[in-house]
Amino acid sequence: MTDQPLSVPYRERERSVTMEPLGEEHDELLTINIGPHHPATHGVLRLLTTLEGEIVRDVKPIIGYVHTGIEKSCEDQQYWKVIPFVERMDYLSYYFNAMVFCMAVERLLEEEVPERAQWLRIIHLELNRIASHLFWIATAALDIGAITMLWWGCRDRDLALDLFEMSGGQRFHTRYFQVGGVVEDIPPGFEEQTRKFIATMYVRIEQYLSLLDRNEIWLQRTKGTGIVPVETLLALGVTGPLLRAAGHPWDLRKAMPYSGYEKFDFNIPVGSHGDNYDRFRVRIEEMRQSLRILEQALDGLPEGPYITENRKVALPPRHELATSMEALIHHFKLVTEGFRVPPGETYAAIESPRGELGCYVLADGSSKPARVHMRDPSFVNLQSLPEMARDHLLADFITCVAMLDPILGGVDR
Amino acid sequence: MPDATGLELIAQRVREGVGDEAVTGTLYYRRHATLDVAPESVRDVIAYLRDRDEEPWERLMSVHGVDYLPAEPRLGVHYELLSMERADRLNVRTRVGVDDPRVPTVVDLHPTADFQEREVFDMFGVVFEGHPDMRRILMPEDYEGYPQRRDFPMGGEPVIYTFNEPKLPRWYD
Repeated sequence: MTDQPLSVPYRERERSVTMEPLGEEHDELLTINIGPHHPATHGVLRLLTTLEGEIVRDVKPIIGYVHTGIEKSCEDQQYWKVIPFVERMDYLSYYFNAMVFCMAVERLLEEEVPERAQWLRIIHLELNRIASHLFWIATAALDIGAITMLWWGCRDRDLALDLFEMSGGQRFHTRYFQVGGVVEDIPPGFEEQTRKFIATMYVRIEQYLSLLDRNEIWLQRTKGTGIVPVETLLALGVTGPLLRAAGHPWDLRKAMPYSGYEKFDFNIPVGSHGDNYDRFRVRIEEMRQSLRILEQALDGLPEGPYITENRKVALPPRHELATSMEALIHHFKLVTEGFRVPPGETYAAIESPRGELGCYVLADGSSKPARVHMRDPSFVNLQSLPEMARDHLLADFITCVAMLDPILGGVDR
Repeated sequence: MPDATGLELIAQRVREGVGDEAVTGTLYYRRHATLDVAPESVRDVIAYLRDRDEEPWERLMSVHGVDYLPAEPRLGVHYELLSMERADRLNVRTRVGVDDPRVPTVVDLHPTADFQEREVFDMFGVVFEGHPDMRRILMPEDYEGYPQRRDFPMGGEPVIYTFNEPKLPRWYD
């Protein structure tokens, strides 16, 4: 091969491939199966793909391979024991799953969350959003062949996981959020470490951009591919970065604020074309905005209790057990039976890294929920994959899956 | 959420627009507004709320299935409607019995309901009439029973491994 630069762009070199149907004599369709075990499907997703030559004509996502019946299991657990179960649905954004379930139960109990707990929740939610986006960019870039980004993304996600370990004791599935607040106050040194993380991340995001955003292969692969009109996305119920990349500024943190997001100053990045490149840029910018929220949350973190004072819902502090009979009784009741929730049903929704994460809870008056249903954004967003990939090259289809960012644990639950 | 008065106004408009028998009740509980609808008029009500109501609810965000076991009719289907313009939510709920539950589909109005109605069918056995692809989605296609119903027992199903496969005669039947 010569050392000359690419004189003919990547797309031009495939000029023999036409995006139009080839006509009567070439209309042979080939159905191939991608997955369920295929590295580019981001989990156990099976894609029944109809090809005409190298052009994708139709895709049927087939799901259910990691269905573990979490919603059914939740019906057999006390409310506070459901939290670890729901955290394992969308395993990259566990704080969000716990948050939306706690919000729904708090709404049924009419339980007020102390302000410090709300702010601590926001700190962890935004850290989790950054961690989730970092893992997304790591795997998405890997699908396109940029393997350096995998190491960089996982390296920096580890910094966020270190912070989770500091506050909750676990790196994944921390069970840090409780009904009524959070399980424990942040330890000394957490704030300093988080500030270090923020300072590091601003630099690292610039590094990602210098690695990817000026990379000709990355730009050629992402620009102009996977465009879906915003009306189609809305009809398909798509939310989150996918919708915002198409230019629709819908973000529940701004539109229907919860947990005190209205007190923070941040922007909602939107794209202009709605192609895969815009999806990439929107998520990168979302990480920067999350860092801004984190800075404000650390600066203005109010003093006060980190969990509700209502002993019928939250465990009493450990030191009270030695001196107060009442605290001992509350502790015993909460651990053995759990708290009861008055009969009723509600729906709570928050903005997860992938879109609207909703939780429907039906309470029948006992200490176990009668139904927990998660409206998982990955599950709904997956319906837009055929629209994205149709009449694109097979290679671009893989890019579309990467940029869609489905988490199969959340899809199948 | 619309408040209790707003919910009554919506119910009144739906009664005028679709028919008196379409709305069977309203429920305002913990800032969650629910419009109870007869199963056969779900499609009409959601079409009315999307297109003709003076305050349109143009997006369907979620479809939940639910089993209210001691209560009759047992099964419920919830449609969480959203208005992006007013940043407001409305829940439309319908109840069907456990024998031959049928609800008209809303896939043609809201394509997002495709997977979600299939999930409700899979878990509760509610058949959405007119759905183009009414198959199981999460459970295996040959699965029997509707696992999210409250009278469906938890556990008790053997997990197939290589070592116990010969001991479980004809599990694949």
